[in-house]
Amino acid sequence: MYKLTYKQYFDALKEGKLLGLKCNDCGSYTAPPKLCCDKCGSTSTEVVSLSGKGVIKTFTVIRVSPEGYEAPYIVAMAELEEGPWLMGNLINVDPDKAKMDNIIGKKVTVSAKILPKMNYTPDEGVTPAFVIAE
Amino acid sequence: MRKVAVMGVGMTKFGPTEKSQVELFAEAAMEAINTSNIKPKDVQALFLGNGLGDFEEGQLNLAGFCANELGLPPETTAMRFEGACASASIAIRNAFLLVASGAYDIVVAGGTERALSMGTSLATRTFAMGTDSKYEEFSGLTFPGVFAMLAHLYADKYNVPLPKLKERMAMVAVKNHKNGAKNPLAQFQKEITVETVLKGFVVADPLQLFDCCPFSDGAAAVIVTTDEIAKKHVEKPVYILGAGQGSAGSLCRQKDYTIMPSRIASAKQAYKMAGVEPKDIDVAEVHDCFTIAEIVLLENLGLFEFGTASEAVEKGETEIGGKIAVNPSGGLKAKGHPVGATGAAQVYEIVKQLRGECGARQVENAKIGMTDTLGGDAGSIVNLIFGI
Repeated sequence: MYKLTYKQYFDALKEGKLLGLKCNDCGSYTAPPKLCCDKCGSTSTEVVSLSGKGVIKTFTVIRVSPEGYEAPYIVAMAELEEGPWLMGNLINVDPDKAKMDNIIGKKVTVSAKILPKMNYTPDEGVTPAFVIAE
Repeated sequence: MRKVAVMGVGMTKFGPTEKSQVELFAEAAMEAINTSNIKPKDVQALFLGNGLGDFEEGQLNLAGFCANELGLPPETTAMRFEGACASASIAIRNAFLLVASGAYDIVVAGGTERALSMGTSLATRTFAMGTDSKYEEFSGLTFPGVFAMLAHLYADKYNVPLPKLKERMAMVAVKNHKNGAKNPLAQFQKEITVETVLKGFVVADPLQLFDCCPFSDGAAAVIVTTDEIAKKHVEKPVYILGAGQGSAGSLCRQKDYTIMPSRIASAKQAYKMAGVEPKDIDVAEVHDCFTIAEIVLLENLGLFEFGTASEAVEKGETEIGGKIAVNPSGGLKAKGHPVGATGAAQVYEIVKQLRGECGARQVENAKIGMTDTLGGDAGSIVNLIFGI
């Protein structure tokens, strides 16, 4: 039933390929993947490669971190060229220099950051890593 | 559907405790039972909101222990509802629906939590489990982080300069602490100033310490029953006029979450069922887990136009005596936020406000009250509307 599971999505991301689903009914893109099109609910979708390019919409610098993470670091959301938003880490900006005007609206490319398995996680963690391209 | 009322209500003081989650809940629930002028054996079901009891005390399946602690009979239905911070509101909404349908006549519903036992590091991690654990949690996202990003989105979208927005956010904290100072059950009963907020250490840019609600221990419970039974036992039944609940997936799929479709849908259900409009609400207990959260939710509930709530806060329109009294209890910010108990504490305050029992923080002539509770990053939202 699944065209693209979270494991397959992250395995591809680790190799530098950002995958998503394209809906055969409404044409919109879904990423990260899920069982159906995120816009219209259709299960008629196909796996496609996404450009891996987007724009930062918002961000924060985490200064009080959860167990297993070392602050400070930047968490950001980027809007991909194809429409979906992704949550990830912005990795090539000094957290102490991160301000709205030098981050929001900047073009980024998407790669992968890998984290070791932690307490209460079934396997290693993968998260999108954004790099400001300009 | 039968007409449904709340009879007695009970609540522990919020803040550090040496009591267990079961003891906290039993204390709140027994107060609710006693002030309903009923006996524990009259209760047919116990609906318990609890978020993180597993991590706090290594305790699963809390509801049965709570029922037994209270001396409820073996035929009592006892179950836990989990929807992160909205857990107790989900429990109360289900009590409402099942009493309305005729399945039960008397239900005790509420929640309990002992979040302070975890310490900041584990608490921050377990709270973050309310975000998508596959697609978002590995970024190291925290709940302050979710709302910090919301503040940046809001400032960017509505062209409010960030220093201006932060000042208005600080005013939310100042208001809620001012109200909390008049609430003997609040975790913080001390007034603060805008300067206090702007001097705090940064938790997640741009949120500072006083933009954030605390980790808390506590419990609250209410007795949900029929109109007929309520009238026989208490002088001032408070009626549940409407209830709504919405859902959503990962934050990234919600995109621009200054607008939250799950919250808008939940509120719409509640308004429609109650036959009221946002302008009819006199008093609201809402989910101010962070200062920016209160601003954004007021817009999503239709109480203020999109993009205008921060200015309304600055003008004092959300103070007791303003256009609409928001969080007269002190809110999550000052009263405290024991996750699984929060929704029940909101209902506790609205019931007391509509009965006119809130003393120095009483909203004059309050006739219609509303609660708003957010679970996770809008994955679960519950709205309840009450009247007399």
